[in-house]
Amino acid sequence: MRITLPLGRNNDPVSGSQYSVLSHSRLGETRIVTITLNHFGAATVFALFASIVFGITHRDTTRDMVRYGLYCFVMFLGGVFVAGWAMWLLRR
Amino acid sequence: MANSTTEKTKAAAAEPISMMSVLAPAIGWLIPGAGHMIQKRWIRGGLLFVSIVTLFLLGLAMQGRIYHANGGDILDMLGFVGDVGSGALYIVTLAMDWGQGAIQFATADYGTKFIIVAGLLNFIAVADAYHIAIGKKQ
Repeated sequence: MRITLPLGRNNDPVSGSQYSVLSHSRLGETRIVTITLNHFGAATVFALFASIVFGITHRDTTRDMVRYGLYCFVMFLGGVFVAGWAMWLLRR
Repeated sequence: MANSTTEKTKAAAAEPISMMSVLAPAIGWLIPGAGHMIQKRWIRGGLLFVSIVTLFLLGLAMQGRIYHANGGDILDMLGFVGDVGSGALYIVTLAMDWGQGAIQFATADYGTKFIIVAGLLNFIAVADAYHIAIGKKQ
C-alpha cells in the first residue's frame, strides 16, 4: 500500500477545500487515501490535539490539566480569529 | 536563593539513575504515550497516544512531506528533528516510503506541519515521562 495523489473524476488532482475523506481503490492499483481540510478545520484539529498534550504535560493535577488544556485551546482558536481579522484589515 | 539552587542541583546529581528513568523516555519516544503507560498513567498515556498518532496520521493523509536526515538544507534538517520525534511512526513511514508530499495540494503544507508538530509534542511527552520517572511530577 502506498499513499499517492488522489484523483478526481477526470483523473485530475482534487483541488479546493472540503471536509471529506476520499478513498479510491481499483483492482491492481494502489489505494488512495487523502484528507483535505480547510484552514480553519486544520487549525481547530491542531489546537485540539496540541491542547491535550500541553494540558497533560504542563500541569500536575487532573483539574489543572483540564483547565490548562481548555485555556490553550481557547488561546489557539482566539489567535486564529485575531490573526484572521488582522489580515482582513491589512488587506483592505 | 543561590544556595537553594545549588543544593537542588547537588541533590539531583546525587540521585541514582533508575531503570524507569531510562526506560520510560525511550519507550515513550518509540511509541507516543507508552512512557506514561508503563508508569501506570493509563489515561494520560492513552490521551497522548491518540493525540500524537492522530496528528501524525492526519498529516500523512493530508499529503504531508516527511523530511530525511540528509536533506542538505538547514530547514530540512530542522524538519527532520521534528519528524524524528514521532519515533516508530517516523521509522515505519520512512520504511513504507510514505509521506512524499504533494505540492498540487494547498493543504499538503498543513500536513507537513502536522507531522513535525506531532514529533515535537512527543518530545514534550517524553520529557514529562522522564519527570514522572524521577519523581519530579506525580
